[in-house]
Amino acid sequence: MREWRFWLAENRSTLAAFAIFIAMFWIYVGNHPAGFTANVVQTAANKGVLLALVAMAQTMVVITAGIDLSVGMTFVLCNCLASQLLAGDAWRTGVGLVLVLAAGAACGAVNGLLVIFGRLQPIVATIASGAIYFGLALWLRPDPGGASDFNSDFADLFTGKLWGKIPASLVTLAAVALVVWFPFSRSAIGRTAYAVGSSELSAYMSGAPVRAAKFLVYTLAGLLAGLGGVFLTFLTYSGEASAANGGTYTLYSIAAVVLGGVSLFGGSGSAIGAIFGALAFRAIGDLLFVFDIEPLWQPLFQGMVLLASVSIGATRLIGVRNRLDLFG
Amino acid sequence: MDGPAPLFRMEGVSKSYGGVRALDQADLTISAGRVHAILGENGAGKSTLIKVMAGVVAPDGGRMTMEGRDVAFATPAAAQAAGIACIFQELSLVPELSVADNILINRPPKRFGLIDRRRQRQMAEAALARAGATDIHPRTPVKDLPLSRRQMVEIAKALARDPRILILDEATSALTAADVERVLTLLRRLRDEGLALAYISHRMHEIAEISDDCTIFRNGRNVATYLAGTKSHDEVVELMIGREYRHVFPPKPAPRRQGGPPRLELRGLSWTNRLKDISLTASAGEIVGLGGLDGQGQRELLLALFGALTGLTGEIRIEGTPVGIGSPRQAKGKRLGMALIPEDRKTEGLMLPMSVGQNLSFAALDDHARFGIIDRSGEARAIKEAIDALSIKVAKVAMPVASLSGGNQQKVVIGKWLMTAPRIILLNDPTRGIDVGTKQEIYGLLRRLADADAAIVFYSTDYAELIGCCDRVLVLYDGRVKRTLVGDEITEKALIASALNLDFGGAPAERAPERAS
Repeated sequence: MREWRFWLAENRSTLAAFAIFIAMFWIYVGNHPAGFTANVVQTAANKGVLLALVAMAQTMVVITAGIDLSVGMTFVLCNCLASQLLAGDAWRTGVGLVLVLAAGAACGAVNGLLVIFGRLQPIVATIASGAIYFGLALWLRPDPGGASDFNSDFADLFTGKLWGKIPASLVTLAAVALVVWFPFSRSAIGRTAYAVGSSELSAYMSGAPVRAAKFLVYTLAGLLAGLGGVFLTFLTYSGEASAANGGTYTLYSIAAVVLGGVSLFGGSGSAIGAIFGALAFRAIGDLLFVFDIEPLWQPLFQGMVLLASVSIGATRLIGVRNRLDLFG
Repeated sequence: MDGPAPLFRMEGVSKSYGGVRALDQADLTISAGRVHAILGENGAGKSTLIKVMAGVVAPDGGRMTMEGRDVAFATPAAAQAAGIACIFQELSLVPELSVADNILINRPPKRFGLIDRRRQRQMAEAALARAGATDIHPRTPVKDLPLSRRQMVEIAKALARDPRILILDEATSALTAADVERVLTLLRRLRDEGLALAYISHRMHEIAEISDDCTIFRNGRNVATYLAGTKSHDEVVELMIGREYRHVFPPKPAPRRQGGPPRLELRGLSWTNRLKDISLTASAGEIVGLGGLDGQGQRELLLALFGALTGLTGEIRIEGTPVGIGSPRQAKGKRLGMALIPEDRKTEGLMLPMSVGQNLSFAALDDHARFGIIDRSGEARAIKEAIDALSIKVAKVAMPVASLSGGNQQKVVIGKWLMTAPRIILLNDPTRGIDVGTKQEIYGLLRRLADADAAIVFYSTDYAELIGCCDRVLVLYDGRVKRTLVGDEITEKALIASALNLDFGGAPAERAPERAS
């Protein structure tokens, strides 16, 4: 086989997610009354980036064959924190941003410690910790709102347009992928994370830093979910301890990850795929809007698209001749 | 043979796995009311024989009869319906379920389509009583029982099917001396009730104590059947020997004179009840073999050296310095320089979905990373060198390792560890299930590594390998070093005799005082 075919095979799922997204977005702008304009793209990007960040967070953990059900709550907690801390002059806002992101990373780190040293199953550990994070958010912000001196200029930097054309949120997302995902996927510890997802026993017996890798993925997940929360604050200038938001983003992050070709069994997939999965998933809602369909139908369509794309991904199983392979 | 008419007979039964003949025209006759012991070394075909009888494996040819009528078992259920119950070496109980649920797992009593729990409990109690294990409460979850009690549940489960033939495969290997005595008493009672028993064990004194007839297997064929007590230990060992030497081994160099302390030295290493006071030395340039029957602590010894076990007592010295080895990560570090080629490459050695290249470089990844980021071109060069050095047949390094043949997969596991440039190499039965050609390449490789100054500890279940490859062999029995064989002393006869815990020239059928501890 030629080199490019291996590249294709390795990135097949990421490319599939990209294709689904392009197809949906194409239909969307094609039917949008305003057409392919900077404003349409900007609005779509701002909504999509929120889920994309949370889906990247979920990807980190899913690669190690774990799952993080607290990402949505970390997202909400950081939204509430940011609505308070991103205020005042540039210097104070900067410190506030660092504090919010540190809080997000700390949430993830706690999950990591629970899983590694508490030896809890990720699903249980993160349900519990997620509830706690939500409790903290509610305590911080019993009523929705924002700081009176909220730094909205700073927020607009990330949600507006660069050179009047390119959505700043997409540039930010690309930058995050470049700074977080790119080094991670090329690092020894990132390779270890994949190995843990493939076979934790093999990874351990190979003398790989299994614990460090697990701790890192949970911490990065917290950081990325926190960044998502910050982005929500950029859009709304306010924070809300919304249980619905937390639950929705957690579930949608899993859907986006699956749509993006990341295996829930661990060991394969990439955050880039998950980003496109998230954007595609978001595009479904926009599609319903341009076709003037009741928003109530949105979950139904999202469910159908998810089911259809996962089913297509599972067609290879039809070719399986050894039934035992189905359990592998 | 004397005694009643045969209950079960197999004639000319053969079974091949790939190119390997596990059973070759085997015959066996089992009679009601007798205990028939089946003997043979590792890989002589005993396990396959039992699997054929129990309907787990379909034979390639031959015929089986029960009371003169032809039978063929397509599934384990068919064999059970015919009255053959089997107690396997690996326990077949579901740990989360209760004892009663387990005993009647195949055909629980039903009432209105639902399980009749009261009747199930009565039946379980009856089965436990028949197995002489009335101390086990039927409602206890199996996971709460110690291993020896679980074995009794296993026997009760077999008896609940009311079998006519009961096969026990190493059924006593997990039991303490007192429990063994109880099981043997039970087996005698079952025999007197008219059951036919097939008894596979490596423990010669148990066989001497219980069996009426014995059959010795070698190379998948029954080579002798005799009445218990009519052959001496020497004769039994002679009959078990005779595996053909199919392999070509590299020549062994003359022993080197070593200055200074050995590369690896163990003093009185013990761990739970699996390793007992083990002392061992391995010098640079030496291949030290671990022999004995499977499961006598060899695997645990290698895991202990590689830092996977906690609670070790005794001392491990490397280059004369006492060391503590806390994890595989520490063991492979530059200071200790160890590598362990594991037994089960699919679960312990490889990340199957990942590529050949990623698997090869994984153990040595720290050497190919700068500030934690992998140097891809350096990694690719090292991967290519390893593939060339081991002549791994792979079209592209980006292929998933799962797509390689068993032999090439094993080469990937070995190559992965050679990339760490280890000074002490531990191998856990590395040639199991791979083709002869790859085996020979591995033998040559081991000798070259030893000549290049590595110390090698090599566990193998194939005696021919130990004879052909090793400068010294430690035979383990029940977690102890039973005997150390050096140079010309390493013969098949010596290996088998010490593996069976027999002393040379021992008197026939005499009970050895074993497990006094």
